[in-house]
Amino acid sequence: MRFAFILSETFSGIRRNLSMVISVVLVTFISLTFVGSAGLLQMQINQMKGYWYDRVEVAIFLCNDTSTAASCAGGGITDAQRDAIEAQLDSPQAAAYVESYEYESQEQALELFQQQYANLDMAESVTAEQLPESFRVSLVDPEQYEVVNEMFSGMAGVEVVSDQRELLESLFSLMNIASVIAIALAIIMLITAILLIATTIRLSAFSRRRETGIMRLVGASKTMIQLPFLAEGVVAALLGAALASVATWAIAKFFIADWLASQYPQTGFISSAEALWLVPLLFLIALILAAASSMLTLRRYLKV
Amino acid sequence: MIRFEDVTKVYDTTSRPALDGVTTEIVRGEFVFLVGPSGSGKSTFIRLVQREEKASSGTVYVSGRDVARLSSWRVPHLRRDLGVVFQDFRLLPNKTVFSNVAFAMQVLGKRRSLINQTVPEVLETVGLRDKAHRFPHELSGGEQQRVAIARAVVNKPAILLADEPTGNLDPETSWGIMEVLDTIHQNGTTVVMATHDNEIVNTMRRRVVELEAGKIVRDEAEGGYQPADNTAQLQSRLRKTEVK
Repeated sequence: MRFAFILSETFSGIRRNLSMVISVVLVTFISLTFVGSAGLLQMQINQMKGYWYDRVEVAIFLCNDTSTAASCAGGGITDAQRDAIEAQLDSPQAAAYVESYEYESQEQALELFQQQYANLDMAESVTAEQLPESFRVSLVDPEQYEVVNEMFSGMAGVEVVSDQRELLESLFSLMNIASVIAIALAIIMLITAILLIATTIRLSAFSRRRETGIMRLVGASKTMIQLPFLAEGVVAALLGAALASVATWAIAKFFIADWLASQYPQTGFISSAEALWLVPLLFLIALILAAASSMLTLRRYLKV
Repeated sequence: MIRFEDVTKVYDTTSRPALDGVTTEIVRGEFVFLVGPSGSGKSTFIRLVQREEKASSGTVYVSGRDVARLSSWRVPHLRRDLGVVFQDFRLLPNKTVFSNVAFAMQVLGKRRSLINQTVPEVLETVGLRDKAHRFPHELSGGEQQRVAIARAVVNKPAILLADEPTGNLDPETSWGIMEVLDTIHQNGTTVVMATHDNEIVNTMRRRVVELEAGKIVRDEAEGGYQPADNTAQLQSRLRKTEVK
């Protein structure tokens, strides 16, 4: 009886206030879709990091006769210098960061170069002497690049320490900026949603002030009086969350998993199933939203 | 049942208190008229009992409980012990007579079977059995007030507070309302009625508590009421109507 009564009060409230409820649904829908998109971007960044970081390495290029870097003033690398670098790579300090390394001679470098740029005329004219020898180092934690860089860039015979990750980082920072913008927009929209829900509840409370007045008079409990209004906001916010979940899933499915993945088959993309992890988050935000705005309103306009 | 101990209520510190050091007691089963000109503190007295307002100083006890010290979630329990009737009826215009009365039971989570049994009984008591399915706008003022009384007593409160229940009604209709209130009193409910209808007070011969400028100036067991200055009373009534 009690539950049925609260339910019927809630729905009669929604019916009376339909246009406001629809605007709450839409604003929550849009703002949570922004949140969902930012979530997808972050998931995609993580996915790509996992995918690429296993494949990228730090290259310690060694001096050759044509090097111009200051550390190569002594000309090409000597065997002693090369041994010193290798010893450093094997040392216990480095062991914490270095997972494995490989030596690449000038001949191997030439071979790789010619493979990669087989269609370039220039490839034929390049000789092994023009290319640097290098140590190819894969790191335990790719984020620790700076430590390795410091450890080796000062050493005699090292021309430059280069991190292939840097290329990816610029892509990731671009994606991060995009998700920050999405989150910023989402926050503005979420604030709008909170205020809109608060206004809706207030309007609803005003249009039903006779009923609530009588409820207070006869001693209805706080729950009985306030719950229908709270439920009204919650129902609207959850509807918005449901729509946003569908939109987020659709973006993951049709844009990322289907279209982008077919355009860039080499890259690891998130699947639409992974996007479903965002759904509980969106619903949680919607609930917090409704609760926050109810706190703003019920206390002031529906005191018992 | 209701006990005021040196109760003062100040709404606005610049003007005089609405109630000023009031001490009185209303015992179970009494029928008390609260009389005095407009602004003498009758409505404030009722609002303090309901805990719509808290006393600025002094203590209000209802059924042995200090109402000011009730926690906010206990206040509804206090109000279930009180039925309240107002001058302006306060019915829900989109509900029938039956639904208006039933509403008071629904919001307390009463069972439908109990509601269907109790509401017709109460409508019988106030003499509206055959108008259960009418809407408020189809009823006369007196009938609307009967609905309001039915709603106030349907949950069987121990105390019925009536704030000028006949204020909007002509004398003949007012008598009908008084008969209903008397019946409810006979059934064991304590009734407190604020009024400045001297004819009713003088005829009923009940306990009369007279307020003036927030102070009790008279408390008589079987009193009458003769407003000190009829012109002033009339003027204040006129002012009240203009404001509305």
